[in-house]
Amino acid sequence: MKDSPGLHLKTYIFIFFMVLFAPLGNVLLSKGMKGVGSAKNWAPGEIFHVLSSIMTSGYIWLGIGCLLTFFVAYMLVLTWADYSYVQPASSFSYAVVAMLGYFLLGETVPPLRWMGIFVICGGVFIVGHTHPRTTEKV
Amino acid sequence: MLEFIFLIVIVVAGTGGELCVSRAMKVIGEVQDFRPAALVHFVFRAMRVGWMWIGISMMTMAFFSLLAMLSIENVSFVVPVTALSYAAGTVGAMLFLHERISKQRWLGVFIVCVGVTLVWLSRR
Repeated sequence: MKDSPGLHLKTYIFIFFMVLFAPLGNVLLSKGMKGVGSAKNWAPGEIFHVLSSIMTSGYIWLGIGCLLTFFVAYMLVLTWADYSYVQPASSFSYAVVAMLGYFLLGETVPPLRWMGIFVICGGVFIVGHTHPRTTEKV
Repeated sequence: MLEFIFLIVIVVAGTGGELCVSRAMKVIGEVQDFRPAALVHFVFRAMRVGWMWIGISMMTMAFFSLLAMLSIENVSFVVPVTALSYAAGTVGAMLFLHERISKQRWLGVFIVCVGVTLVWLSRR
C-alpha cells in the first residue's frame, strides 16, 4: 500500500463502513430469520416454504442491503489495500455484532462469550501483524 | 451437529470466496474515481473477471448457511464462531499453496481458535 495521509484516511473511512455495515446486516438477518424460523426436517417442500418466507421478509432485504454496502466497501478497499491489512482491521466487527445483538435484539451475551470475542480480536490482530514475507513459499 | 455442519460450510466456502474476490480485485487494480457512474463501471469490470464469479458462488453458499445458522442460534454467537475462517485460511495456504507459515501467525491462529472455543462453550 502506498504511504500517503490521503490513502490512510480513505482506508480508515472504508474500514469504518465495513465494521458498521457487516454487523448491522448480520443483526438484521438474525431478526429476519428468527421471524422465519428454521426448517424442522429439511424436506424439499419445507425448504421451499422457508425460502419463500426469506424472500418476503423486510428485515432480510434490509440486512442484504447492509451486507451489499459492506461488500462494495470491502471490494473497493481491496483495490488499494492488502488483504492481510484489511482482514485484521475489520476484526472489530466481532465486538460490534455482540454489542448490536445485546442492545438491538436483547440477546443475552454471557461473560464467557465476551471473553471469547476479545480473545478472537487479539488473535486476529496478531495474525494481521505478521509480515506478508513471513509466509514464504517452501 | 447441524450447527457444526453449517459452521464448516460458512468457514470453508466463505474463506475460499473471499480469497477469490481478493484475487479478482487485484486483477482490476486500484479504484481512484468514486463517482456513481465510475462505480457502476467498476462493478461491470469486476463481473468480467472469472475469479469474481467463483468467489460470489462460494460466498452465496456461505450466505445461505449463515441464514440457516441464524435461524437456530443468536447472532452474537454465530458471527464470532465464524472467525474459525482464519484457521481455515492458514491451513488452506499451508496444504494447498504449500506455503510455510510463521510461528507468529500460528500463534495468532491458535489464539483465534481459543476465542472461538470460549464462544462455543458459552452456547445455551
